[in-house]
Amino acid sequence: MSSDVIIQAIVSGLLMGLVYALVAVGLSLIFGLMEIVNFAHGEFLMLSMFFSFWLWALLGMDPLLSLPIVVLALAVLGFATHYGVIRHVLNAPMLAQICATFGLAIAIRSGAQFLWTPDFRSVQDPLVAGRLEIAGIFIGQPQLVAGLVCFAAFIALWLFVTRTETGLALQATAQDRQAAAVMGIPTDRMFALGWAIGLGCVGVAGAMLSSFYFVFPDVGINFALLAFVAVALGGFGSILGSLVAGVAIGLVESLGGVLISPSYKLLIVFSLYFAVVLVRPMGLFGRY
Amino acid sequence: MSKKSNAALEAALAEPVWPAAPPAFTWLGFGVFALLAVYPFIFTGTFSHHLMIMVFLHAIMAQSWNVVAGMSGQISLGHAVFFGLGAYASALLYIKWGITPWIGLLAGMAISALAAAAIGIPTLRLRGHYFAIATLLFGISVQIVFQRWDWVGAASGIFMPIVRDDPWLVLQFHGSKLPYYYLSFGLCVIAFAVVWDLQRRRLGMRLLAVRDEPEAAASLGIDVAWHKVIAFMISGAMMSTAGTFFAQYVLVVDPDRVFNFEISVLALLMVVLGGIGTLWGPALGAAILVPLSEFTRTWFGGTGGTVDLIIYGILILLICIYQPRGLLSIVTERLRRRVDTK
Repeated sequence: MSSDVIIQAIVSGLLMGLVYALVAVGLSLIFGLMEIVNFAHGEFLMLSMFFSFWLWALLGMDPLLSLPIVVLALAVLGFATHYGVIRHVLNAPMLAQICATFGLAIAIRSGAQFLWTPDFRSVQDPLVAGRLEIAGIFIGQPQLVAGLVCFAAFIALWLFVTRTETGLALQATAQDRQAAAVMGIPTDRMFALGWAIGLGCVGVAGAMLSSFYFVFPDVGINFALLAFVAVALGGFGSILGSLVAGVAIGLVESLGGVLISPSYKLLIVFSLYFAVVLVRPMGLFGRY
Repeated sequence: MSKKSNAALEAALAEPVWPAAPPAFTWLGFGVFALLAVYPFIFTGTFSHHLMIMVFLHAIMAQSWNVVAGMSGQISLGHAVFFGLGAYASALLYIKWGITPWIGLLAGMAISALAAAAIGIPTLRLRGHYFAIATLLFGISVQIVFQRWDWVGAASGIFMPIVRDDPWLVLQFHGSKLPYYYLSFGLCVIAFAVVWDLQRRRLGMRLLAVRDEPEAAASLGIDVAWHKVIAFMISGAMMSTAGTFFAQYVLVVDPDRVFNFEISVLALLMVVLGGIGTLWGPALGAAILVPLSEFTRTWFGGTGGTVDLIIYGILILLICIYQPRGLLSIVTERLRRRVDTK
């Protein structure tokens, strides 16, 4: 096997990894804030891809241009999910919390199948298309743009959480709900904001994916599973951990596909989860 | 130790932990059992037999999920794995070596219990969501492997040959559904008896302690993680019997059918609907959901599958928010209030 193939796999794994990282960080943020694992995360990604697709199909807007609309829509959906569902199970046993988001996932996914059929759809002639060739390595332009936009979104999120007053309030709420409330932080609003930001991240990732990935009701599952692995690897609740783990998983997936077998690349990533759980359950950067 | 405290201890030990059920309930139980035993002769249609077979099958699946979720407090999102392992174990043993499905039933249970230990031992010592995610990933991984594994028939699966001799040895009945009815009824009764018995054993009590107060249980010397693993193994073995029965009932085993994600969803939903952690909740859930699903399938035709799932998802959501202890708790809470006021 030539080194070109390996480098090619590294480059495309890196770009996909940046997308995974953004999906994962939404999950991690929500978990860090309120210790709830959002099992409907993949379904929200699917919805954002469909939003993006329909804006293109019905209004002719390119996914790249409709990005702000999709992100806004997902953020609103995040608020709605918090006030409609999560708020009611916030103090319930873990069992009810897992079942609630899981039930939400099933309802959204099968609802999408009912409305839009399980067909595969794709955006034709996106604004950025084709590929670049640099020293014999091919880079898909949509993938490149997706990776860069997701990375930019990641930086923006990181700056928001660490540099702004609202971001610090978010962190305080994540550290100690009660103490934060005593300090006058409206924790309930922080939770809602966490959901809005978390799903907003998913919105960015979904909008970028829709320009080069097939759009169908089950599309979110694999991304969500990879995001679960990423969050476990990076550490539940760790933002930086999500970035490192997301990229690592992108690399493991694409290198595993090249070196071992493409049909087992998901299994290779999943076994990473079991390795993390066995060796370092708190993840690379997290607390547990 | 003084004599007085010994007497107090003995008095405490003599006191039954589980107060006897009111006689009316015992009679009601016997009545339902007798009714189910003669049901196929009252309703003689094939569909009415099939319907009850499905209710029994799903009641076993629900009871199995109830053991891990209701008794040890852990959420499994990949219970279909054990259903599929049970189905494949008996089908493969019969196809490859002609071994009777009765042995296959036991083999499936052993394999499922081992698989449960393999997932449970690393994850059950951690907090609950690690286990839930692990079961989800494991469920999909096993399905991927079986879809690509040629020796087990890959994606097209295994078709069982039709055999008409020795029906009780090969567990195939082609003339009537009656033997399937009593077989599933028997398996279901055993599954419920196991849980009934478990609740009265020390193991069951320790499991409840682990579920409700893990720290307190640990301080009393109970190995918390290990008890959760045991519950998960029992649960896996129980689910496997349902899979073996299903394989013998439809005589086709393929990865998309027996490792179907919907099985995991259904097991969860029936328990949450009926009443988690109760003996009869899973039966109630199965008795409500199976007819609902069979009838929506006939109403909506081919797309019934997704309409089902939309309803299931919304049901799970609503129950978690408004009645997290299930439908059965509406009845039992009212009863308890009546007993308290007496």
